[in-house]
Amino acid sequence: MSDMTAGLDSGIETAARIPSRRRGWVDALVRSVGPIVLALLTGAILLAIIGRDPIAFYDDVLKAGLFRASGLQDTITRTAPVLLVGAGLIVAFRAGLWNLGSDGQYLLAAAFVAGVAPGLLASVPVAIGWILLAFLGMAVGAAWTIVPAWLRGRYGVNEIITTLMMSFIGVGLAALLVKGPFDGPSTVPQTSVIDPAGMLLDLPDVRIHIGVFLALFVSAAVYWLFARTAFGTRMDVLGANPRAAVHVGIDVPRLTLVTFMLSGALIGLAAAVDIVGVFSYMRADWNPAYGLKVVPLVFLARLNALAMIPFAVFFGVMSIGGAYATRRADLPGDFLLVLIGLVLLFMVLTQYLSDKRERGESLLPRRTRIANAHA
Amino acid sequence: MPDLLTPTFLTALLAGGLLAAVPLIFASLGEIIAEQAGVLNVGLEGMMISGAFAGFAATQATGDLWLGVAAGALAGMLVSLVMVLFCVRLGMDQIIVGIAIVLTAEGVTSVLHTVIFGQSYPRLDRVAVFEIPLLRDIPVLGGSVFSQPLAVYMGLAVVGVVAWMLRATSWGLHVRAAGERPASLDAAGVSVVRVRTVAEIMCGALAGIGGAYLSIVSSGTFVPFVTQGAGFIAIVIAMLARGRTWWSVLGALLFGISLSLTTALQLVGIDIPVDVVTMLPFISVMVVLILFARDARLPSALGLPYLRGSR
Repeated sequence: MSDMTAGLDSGIETAARIPSRRRGWVDALVRSVGPIVLALLTGAILLAIIGRDPIAFYDDVLKAGLFRASGLQDTITRTAPVLLVGAGLIVAFRAGLWNLGSDGQYLLAAAFVAGVAPGLLASVPVAIGWILLAFLGMAVGAAWTIVPAWLRGRYGVNEIITTLMMSFIGVGLAALLVKGPFDGPSTVPQTSVIDPAGMLLDLPDVRIHIGVFLALFVSAAVYWLFARTAFGTRMDVLGANPRAAVHVGIDVPRLTLVTFMLSGALIGLAAAVDIVGVFSYMRADWNPAYGLKVVPLVFLARLNALAMIPFAVFFGVMSIGGAYATRRADLPGDFLLVLIGLVLLFMVLTQYLSDKRERGESLLPRRTRIANAHA
Repeated sequence: MPDLLTPTFLTALLAGGLLAAVPLIFASLGEIIAEQAGVLNVGLEGMMISGAFAGFAATQATGDLWLGVAAGALAGMLVSLVMVLFCVRLGMDQIIVGIAIVLTAEGVTSVLHTVIFGQSYPRLDRVAVFEIPLLRDIPVLGGSVFSQPLAVYMGLAVVGVVAWMLRATSWGLHVRAAGERPASLDAAGVSVVRVRTVAEIMCGALAGIGGAYLSIVSSGTFVPFVTQGAGFIAIVIAMLARGRTWWSVLGALLFGISLSLTTALQLVGIDIPVDVVTMLPFISVMVVLILFARDARLPSALGLPYLRGSR
């Protein structure tokens, strides 16, 4: 069993390997932006194959997601949940824990927040209501990670599988809650709508709510956590080498639980910010499914919470502009999944080529490696 | 509380359970082969959905069930080649590539569905049921286990073949060695990369067939994301089966029955919300994992790329 978890841990470690000093920031930039460029180019070829105009498509993406004032505001607003989910994933991944269940954690937190918010915000001062809702979202998100964390920490059960299973259960449970106890007066199954006075404040003259600053603050805090605190270092040690973590006296099951709950709490906070900041209610069939889509960004940012910011903006442009562009091109919004998946594949490929170059090996595959290994 | 142990209820439960279990049997069998060879194939869901779409499109175009199954296998194999190239050949991270495969395959099948079928969701004819003579007259079992589409029996036959191949052939020994002690296999003069490549492609083919079965036989139509996590459930089944192929049949049946429980309950007049139904298989996975957490043993070189000479 321990062999198995060790094997899987080293996976995250390789993916998140911190660039060596010799490598300049130019190289880091190429390794981060290169996969995106390659994915967009491949996406263009795919669009051409299925008879859509790639230039018009990407033009629509940029227009609707970046150059139109309303689109830019939506893009910036969208960065808030992406940054928070990303921060949650970074915490888990750096500790070597694959939290792939963020969809369930997010949606369940969203259901509770959307169910409680209309009544709560009408009865207490809004600022206090916001704080309580933020903690509610965090508590629900954290609670939904306890079982996978316990199984992993106590028995070493693969958390990829357990978090995914809990995610599917969470999504179903959220729908049940919205159809049952949290059902509002509307005929369709959805929660009551939060009164406009209860929504998060917007900045003057624009439709960007203050939750964006909370997300930026949390990103900075997570960065600081890993850069400056002993707790962050303990998580890094656990991620780098679980056996070493035991030897330096870390209570691994406990740290696993705490890390997982922190990860889930940040993801739950993303849901609270989305509901109280943007959506104001939740429909039973609603699911933004950020989860797996944010994973590639987190790796491109090399598990650095501050480096996530530009990638979150990129994701905002792609999802806001992409919604418009796919509609105009008569394609499903799932085309974004293709692009994100390609980003991930090209990221792995770029990493491979870059590792080879660093070792001074030829970029031609195989054979050379065997010769070197014997040398 | 209506009487649950009526023949109607049990027949519906078993028949539906078996029907729902077959895609899981195929996919988890593929995953077992890959895992035994040391490749953790997280992209199983992506291979299944590719097989589901290709199989559906081929059967819809030609009207032939078996061409659809072949197309599904081919699609699954094509997707598995990505895994072969990135993970077996280049030794990159299997989990990340697996996630990428799932995302890309879900996106591509959804886009292709829109491109080919637009907003329509054509249905295929129901697949003919093959009733085994004599056995079909047994109460309960006759109407369920012995009255199934031919593909169901073939699925069970494939399990037998794979079980025998893994246990009794030198190929099976190579596969298991590639998962436990790849260096020893290499020292014995067998290419670890080649063994893992073949295992991974077989896994892709089996997952593709499972997906094709899902769209052609079980649901008779394709909608985006039709696999709904079946690929991940199949991974759990493979892990709990610990390489013993017949256990995967047992596991798949358990989850198949939990899926068909709703239809069966509706037959006797008990209505459960659809959300509970979709959650049920995942809840049973979690319960099984909590109960048998200590028993999930995996090959020791699972998930590790093999680099000759490295430790």
